[in-house]
Amino acid sequence: MTDVATRVRTAAVSLRGAALRFGERTLWEGLDLDVAPGEFLAVLGPNGSGKTTLLRVLLGLQPLHAGQVLIGGRPPARGSGAIGYVPQQKALAEDLPLRARDLVGLGLDGHRLGVGLRGRSVRRERVRAALESVGAGHYADAPVGRLSGGEQQRLRVAQALVGDPSVLLCDEPLLSLDLAHQQVVANLIERRRRAADTAVVFVTHEINPILPLVDRVLYLVDGRFRVGTPDEVMTSATLSTLYRTDVDVLRVRGRLVVVGADARGHDHCHPEEAT
Amino acid sequence: MIERLFTFTGTGELLGQGFVQSALLAAALLGLVAGVLAPLIVARGMAFAVHGTAELAFTGGAAALLAGVSVSLGAVAGAVTAGIVFGLLGLRARERDSVIGVVLAFGLGLGVLMIALYPGRAANKFGLLTGSIVAVDSTNLAVLGTVTVVVLAVLAVVYRPLLFASTDPDVAVARGVPVRLLSPLFAVLIALTTALAVPIVGAVIVLAVTVIPGAAAARVTASPVVATLLAVLFAELALVGGTVASLAPGLPVSGYVATIAFLCYLGCRLLGRQRA
Repeated sequence: MTDVATRVRTAAVSLRGAALRFGERTLWEGLDLDVAPGEFLAVLGPNGSGKTTLLRVLLGLQPLHAGQVLIGGRPPARGSGAIGYVPQQKALAEDLPLRARDLVGLGLDGHRLGVGLRGRSVRRERVRAALESVGAGHYADAPVGRLSGGEQQRLRVAQALVGDPSVLLCDEPLLSLDLAHQQVVANLIERRRRAADTAVVFVTHEINPILPLVDRVLYLVDGRFRVGTPDEVMTSATLSTLYRTDVDVLRVRGRLVVVGADARGHDHCHPEEAT
Repeated sequence: MIERLFTFTGTGELLGQGFVQSALLAAALLGLVAGVLAPLIVARGMAFAVHGTAELAFTGGAAALLAGVSVSLGAVAGAVTAGIVFGLLGLRARERDSVIGVVLAFGLGLGVLMIALYPGRAANKFGLLTGSIVAVDSTNLAVLGTVTVVVLAVLAVVYRPLLFASTDPDVAVARGVPVRLLSPLFAVLIALTTALAVPIVGAVIVLAVTVIPGAAAARVTASPVVATLLAVLFAELALVGGTVASLAPGLPVSGYVATIAFLCYLGCRLLGRQRA
């Protein structure tokens, strides 16, 4: 991994001089970043720092203002099979006409035209395997709207994995889950990247539930950013520089507590988490 | 009174008449297309939008009546305009609801005014609100058949992305489904169906055939395929059954259609409760 060209070609995600602006406002610019296959990258930062927009760029939904982005050596494409996407848990209508297996199946071919009569047995088998891989096989026929938030998020992981992606993009997938289910869902994602060398880009405002899994952190604040290991980035000095104010990072029982960044609408110190 | 409502004296004879057979064919076609659309309408939370579309179809029809042009064309124009406007509003429920309410109230008011200004026969006026299925002629049938084929063909092409966008919009967007394009497209399909349903069952109860079958099916199954089949079955039961039941009494078909659809829904709710 010494030659730049080789690295660009083999990286799961590669950004070169990437910039994104909204009108006058620069979300970020000059962003160089390679995510290797099997690497776990956490994207942190306050609301409005462009975390979700970064995901939109990788999904091919949002063009860069400047610079280059490659997914597995190719420009991002809408509906690309190379990418799996895990969204936030959201309440689903109780009478939504979808079973667990339908939700997962939509992740496989829901973007394709037609009614999908061909290849049904292959499809059924892939959906079954994806459901089994997240331990959701026993509620495959349950209406999704009647499942708990934790059960739904397992399905979300299966839905993202059923297409066998090389990059997994996660947008706050643990939000509004209780601690036990946060652990379950984080472990499912972790197992997948170990088993299939899938790169993970994990947007979150709370690093603690995934701290042991994270290889590197991309921390975005008001157009400034730092990339590095959690030990490099999650320090009082680095975050104080990023936030341009005094920020303290404390380690309490293996958890990180960030104090002083809350004035910016951002805080890692949730009382229920710190205990 | 009860005897008048539920009589089948002469039903057999009437079934042999050409105009009755046309009416039944129209009902069957409408049931098919409405039944296929209904689960998606329910999944997208568009019941109110369908209601608004139907009222605008009524406004369009009333305007056409007053202007002396084809009522069906007027209804289609009104419904498609409303459908596109509502479709562009997307899935943001709160904003959509209030805009539909505003447009619906204005359209209904205008429609009533235009009906009042219309100097012709009262039956024509009343027909737009309550439906007059026996007035279906061969031209109507040809248009209805064409629209049924068009709607089903479009659905066959966009069904999967449409289901994805309707039930799971966030992930559908992430997977590259053109959710914003599908909204107005689906709204136009609804509008075409609604515009055809208005002269037959009447604006007031278009919901009976485009929403109730889907809502009923959703109570007893979560499978999109089974829900669609059930919704078609309920829509056919309501429309064909309602038409037959209305023949001998000679009363408007709408009451019968709405009642059968409502009973389907009631039954499904009870079944669904047992299932849960």
